[in-house]
Amino acid sequence: MADGRMEVRRRAGLRLWLSAAWLAVVVVVALLAPHLAPKNPLEQDLFSGRLPPFWQHGADPAFVLGTDSLGRDVLSRIIFGSRIALSVALISGTLTCLIGASLGLLAGFFRGWVDLVISRLIDIWMAFPPVLFSILLIAVIGPGLGSIILAIVVIDWTRFARVVRAEAMAQGAMDYIASARVAGRGRMGILWREVLPNVLPIIVVLLTLEMGIAVIVEAILSFVNLSISTDFPTWGGMISEGRASVHQAWWVLVFPLVTLFLTVLSFSQLGEGLKDRFDPVLR
Amino acid sequence: MTLLRTILLRLITTAVTLFGVAVIVFVVVRVVPGNPIAMMLPPGATQVDIDRLTAFYGLDKSIAQQFLIWGAGVLHGDFGTSITSRQPVLALVLGRLPATLELSVLALAMAVLMGGAAALTGTRLRGTRVEGGIDIAGGMALSIPDFLWGLILILLFGVLVPVFQISGRVTPSLKLPFSSNFYLVESLARLRFDLTRDLLSHMFLPALALAIPLTAIIAQLLKQSLKETMHLDYVTLARTQGYSEARVIWRQALPNAILPTLTLVGVQFTFLIGGTVIIERMFSYEGLGNMAIDAVINRDLPLIQGIVILFAVIFTGVNLLVDLTYAALNPRLRHG
Repeated sequence: MADGRMEVRRRAGLRLWLSAAWLAVVVVVALLAPHLAPKNPLEQDLFSGRLPPFWQHGADPAFVLGTDSLGRDVLSRIIFGSRIALSVALISGTLTCLIGASLGLLAGFFRGWVDLVISRLIDIWMAFPPVLFSILLIAVIGPGLGSIILAIVVIDWTRFARVVRAEAMAQGAMDYIASARVAGRGRMGILWREVLPNVLPIIVVLLTLEMGIAVIVEAILSFVNLSISTDFPTWGGMISEGRASVHQAWWVLVFPLVTLFLTVLSFSQLGEGLKDRFDPVLR
Repeated sequence: MTLLRTILLRLITTAVTLFGVAVIVFVVVRVVPGNPIAMMLPPGATQVDIDRLTAFYGLDKSIAQQFLIWGAGVLHGDFGTSITSRQPVLALVLGRLPATLELSVLALAMAVLMGGAAALTGTRLRGTRVEGGIDIAGGMALSIPDFLWGLILILLFGVLVPVFQISGRVTPSLKLPFSSNFYLVESLARLRFDLTRDLLSHMFLPALALAIPLTAIIAQLLKQSLKETMHLDYVTLARTQGYSEARVIWRQALPNAILPTLTLVGVQFTFLIGGTVIIERMFSYEGLGNMAIDAVINRDLPLIQGIVILFAVIFTGVNLLVDLTYAALNPRLRHG
């Protein structure tokens, strides 16, 4: 069995490092966007609209990955789009995690009426189609970065609450909690000092996965033109434009799609890799 | 707890959930900024006209009053009137429902077939490279949501190798002899296979995009259950009796391994239905989800409410069915 375990760990390690490396690249690109982007991402040039990427016939080498229908540089727009994607991932991921995990901990540890109310809320939330719910919320509160973050938090807290609740319930039934209680420790103290550290690994995994989901939700909202103002570069907005002109200019769709694909894949593989790392059986 | 009590309890929680959904949608929709009435009237409409229309849609009353009136109507099957098309919401929504149901069920069928095939192949070829390949492909399929699969499929099979249609439900120039909106079912029933072909060539890519993540989930879970079953004594016994490995998997292991997968498929099916909203939009497929996004953009409050409630009824209905089936099949829940 030892070799099998080593094999799993080695593969998980590679997956972890590749995902982390790509995400590090995205972070650096987002931080240095103004220095890295060859063009102004908003600058329109109707005379150089729909130029193909550099290796194709009729390309302008100044626009490495080509231009969209308004003559805006695809590469620069992808580079600046990483800022929105990462901001949404980090902020909404963290907020969703804080709120969802807190509610899950309270419900799973204290049970009783707290659990009853929170569980019923989770049931109600699960009965909403999430994409439709987020689109509806954005339509109500208006587009913008803050609205997107709010919509993600409002919709996705159940992801954390459900899992953390179950985990806290399982921990609460264990002997060490009973002995802590016998030792006369307060319930809040037990929750904070004993239960939380034990559910923290699963929370970290969920947080990583949630960041990937947040990037997708932002892209979906941009896709239906409900994200940030339409001329600000976002990957989802570019994909939406690319989908509309896919027969005339495939590169407007392909390059942001590949970037989004790799980023989402990295977040999810990082989460899965961490899950394996934290798994006591494998450790 | 007896089965009857389980059923009753589940019915009550389902009712509470649906009531909660109705309240939340109603409140959220009512805080939409922008007056939908003002958008319906031509510029230069008098205040009297505005007041009359506001009263017609009941928007002059308090939110609680509006909810009671609307709720009473819903219980009688009256979901109000759409603001943009001025037709009854129920008729509009039911008109689009068949398109979404056909797409979801087709996607579910594809996922079950592909996922089942992958699990059986992986079990038959345990420990080979094929099994490793299936695991890696499954991991990829699972990490990428249907939204991205849809775009990738559009590029691959709509643009690069254009073998499938990437927008609409059916070629618009075709004459449709259908009397209902279940086009696919009717085309089969009327033996109009030319139409079936056209419908499937439109539905294939969106259905596949919805099916890919579920395929991976089914493949993983079923393979895991099969693996555990393959170690059981009765399977070894069947093997010593000289049955072929394929037959042992198919006839002995599968019937016992399939129950957990079936339960999961039920729950995951609701996620798949939720995914139709954006996938229908992406493929300009004229279903419920596409109509929902239009309704949100047009601020058509009664229509949005109707669609969200219908989705919630479908979701809770599927979950209820899964739970009850599970309770009926599981002897521990039946008697315990």
